[in-house]
Amino acid sequence: MTEDNATDTEAEDHGPTTFLTKYVWSQDHKVIAIQYGLTAIAIGLVALVLSWLMRMQLGFPGALEFVDQEAYYQYATMHGMIMVIYLLTAIFLGGFGNYLIPLMVGARDMVFPYLNMLSYWVYLIAVLVLVSSFFVPGGPTGAGWTLYPPQSILEGTPGYDWGIILMLTSLVIFIIAFTMGGLNYVTTILQARARGMTLMRMPLTVWGIFVATFMGLLAFPVLFVSGVMLLLDRVIGTSFFVPEIISMGEPLAYGGGSPLLFQHLFWFFGHPEVYIVALPAFGIVSDLLSIHARKNIFGYRMMVWALIGIGALSFIVWAHHMYVSGMDPAFGFFFAVTTLIIAVPTAIKVYNWVLTLWRGDIHLTIPMLFSISFVLTFVFGGLTGLFLGNVVVDVPLSDTYFVVAHFHMVMGVAPIMVVFGAIYHWYPKMTGRMLNGPMGQIHFWVTFLGTYAIYFPMHYLGFVGVPRRYYGYEDIEFIPQSVHDLNAAITVAALFVGVVQLLFLYNLVWSLKRGELAGGNPWRATSLEWQTPNTPPVHGNWGKNMPQVHRWAYDFSVPGADKDFMPQNMPRQSFEAADVHKLDPDPPTAGPPSDDPALPPREGEA
Amino acid sequence: MRFFKIITARPWLGEETAYSAEFDAALGADGLATLKTKRMGLFIFIGVATALFGLFAVAYYMRMMMGGWHMLMEPLILWPNTLILMVGGGLMQWASWLSKQGNVPRAKQAFFAGGIAGLLFLGGQLLAWQELIELGCYAEVNPANAFFYVITGLHGLHLMGGLFVWGNALFKTMGDASPAAITASIELCDYYWHFMLAVWIAIFALLVVT
Ligand code: HEM
Ligand SMILES: [Cu+2]
Repeated sequence: MTEDNATDTEAEDHGPTTFLTKYVWSQDHKVIAIQYGLTAIAIGLVALVLSWLMRMQLGFPGALEFVDQEAYYQYATMHGMIMVIYLLTAIFLGGFGNYLIPLMVGARDMVFPYLNMLSYWVYLIAVLVLVSSFFVPGGPTGAGWTLYPPQSILEGTPGYDWGIILMLTSLVIFIIAFTMGGLNYVTTILQARARGMTLMRMPLTVWGIFVATFMGLLAFPVLFVSGVMLLLDRVIGTSFFVPEIISMGEPLAYGGGSPLLFQHLFWFFGHPEVYIVALPAFGIVSDLLSIHARKNIFGYRMMVWALIGIGALSFIVWAHHMYVSGMDPAFGFFFAVTTLIIAVPTAIKVYNWVLTLWRGDIHLTIPMLFSISFVLTFVFGGLTGLFLGNVVVDVPLSDTYFVVAHFHMVMGVAPIMVVFGAIYHWYPKMTGRMLNGPMGQIHFWVTFLGTYAIYFPMHYLGFVGVPRRYYGYEDIEFIPQSVHDLNAAITVAALFVGVVQLLFLYNLVWSLKRGELAGGNPWRATSLEWQTPNTPPVHGNWGKNMPQVHRWAYDFSVPGADKDFMPQNMPRQSFEAADVHKLDPDPPTAGPPSDDPALPPREGEA
Repeated sequence: MRFFKIITARPWLGEETAYSAEFDAALGADGLATLKTKRMGLFIFIGVATALFGLFAVAYYMRMMMGGWHMLMEPLILWPNTLILMVGGGLMQWASWLSKQGNVPRAKQAFFAGGIAGLLFLGGQLLAWQELIELGCYAEVNPANAFFYVITGLHGLHLMGGLFVWGNALFKTMGDASPAAITASIELCDYYWHFMLAVWIAIFALLVVT
């Protein structure tokens, strides 16, 4: 039945008609999603190039003359901030959130389309302000992505004159954009679900995005507050965060502020932020594993509870980033405990993913490969997180490459794997064509093996005590030769991984015209976005009739069914559980699933 | 609790009541968000803004205990300002009540006056700033001053956002909007004015007590 849907083009499209209103000033969530996605990828490429430059300096010191100390710090800062905020946060929530929420819950669009459009344009301004800092006197800030004062705003740090101001301004603008988008995502999920789509029938993708957005709405104000205060310290000379400082024998005009206050604020935002990136990835990967293993997700309810639990707990663990800031041991103990507790719901999720695969009909499609590699990578990074969560283990490892390895595994590689998996998975819905398979295979294997070649050795570097955030290690006595050799090898791997991303981009463009035609539901998936009457879905998504939901999103391989999947809008069948209709006051009758006249049409659609 | 009931449902059994009217409420026949949807959006925004102001309060409190802090002498004009904002909130509430009674023309007048009270409050806040600046209480000499400027400034910006929406609604009520649409706009502004008032009272209390 779904295949039939795909070829049915009767549904009319009364959307905007001019190029400008359709693709530029668009209020259609799908167009906005793609705008968000492409902008995020574009700025992500800048961050990728910066990482090559840094790796060149570390692997082959002095090989690139323009990478001096100052430039190195600037690259490191911009790389980190772009990847975390402007790429990952934006692509998961602004990109996938925008595209998938209305389609998956069966809505015509976001509930506040105009606000949604504004959200994108404000995000774009934030990106442009950030990029502009490359072109101002002094260049971008080199304060490190954590922007710790006092050094981030004092003379001596690269980019202290303009870079830091633009960085903070850009963050504040980003937060405004995020709030506009976030209000939309949450309200749409709560209000605009199709008939029959109860909260617990939503695909886990939507749940992950939902919880992450909620967290973002609570956590980003913290960054806003600290950003504004730091900006004032820098621009008009207040002393929120800056203590008395003697510089070159002269006391500065500052006094009495507390750098630690900033650290607390930053990490009170910063730790939830890592889960703002992780939870959408959790949700998406749950769906990909289930679809490509043709099995229902193991422990759906537990998955939802774990998402909520992780979301809540992640607000009380922030100080594990500050074990070396001289905190009270009792304080440290408390945060070590909460940090380890958060591993429990996380572990539940991992078990459920594995159990979903267990005896599944696993199709090693490219989305599946990426999903499995996510689980592997995430477990790896999560385990090193447990090391770091213990104060005694963390103190010697803090500020070494072990931390770099931890967070790149868990927050760099793992979510990026999901981004790729998700793009391979939903590209057919967005464009009507499949991405090229062989290119995808190369992309996957080089990325997967390559990232391990990069980050695996970094754990060792951390153990031998190589400090992070250093520009060069040439004349440091305790650094053995093996470190230099490893650094060179890592750089080579990083360049390979980087180059293969260009192949991926090429694939995106190539497949647009030449990819295999996908049809409406190439993966034989159950969730609503695959049941649209048109592919790619047109403005308003559903044509004349809104979908009506009769089941959850995981009816795969149901015994007795004639296909191995039952779409969410398929009415309940006679062979399904006998108790089904007992509690249902208005039992659905057979007939075309989306044939429900009750919903008012939208925007002139008859 | 409803929340627990929701998240303990067992979706694979298909036993849920799937046909409640809840699912039809988001968008009206015109394709625009209904009052219910807008109200929810507004409440979520109020939650976010509460987090924002709450955090400033926490930061204020923590910074107070550190060096270089001098008591702030609150300008006296803040008292009449508070009164004006209270009157504004009252007017909005009255407008909302009137419009629900069906007395739309009267409601429009009260609504207009409520917004003007908001504008007056903003003007009064500017006077307070001016007074502080004339006294030499710059932001950089005392963190208490800096907090004062930042928090009142942000509160003012939020109120300006509200006034923007108010202006829009005013424009709409002069045109041929339906009474239902007018009632809806007034109700939303009413909520927001009360929120602004509550935030201001909390800020003011914090300033006066410390
Ligand atoms: C079981 C789960 C986890 C535990 C116990 C854990 C623990 C920690 C600890 C203790 C640190 C501080 C290390 C130090 O600076 O000395 C840290 C750093 C970090 N973690 Fe995790 N983590 C976990 C999961 C995650 C996840 C899921 C992400 C992201 C998706 C993440 C991202 C980061 C980042 C970005 C940093 C480094 C921040 C910086 O200093 O620049 N972690 N983690
Ligand atoms: Cu953390």
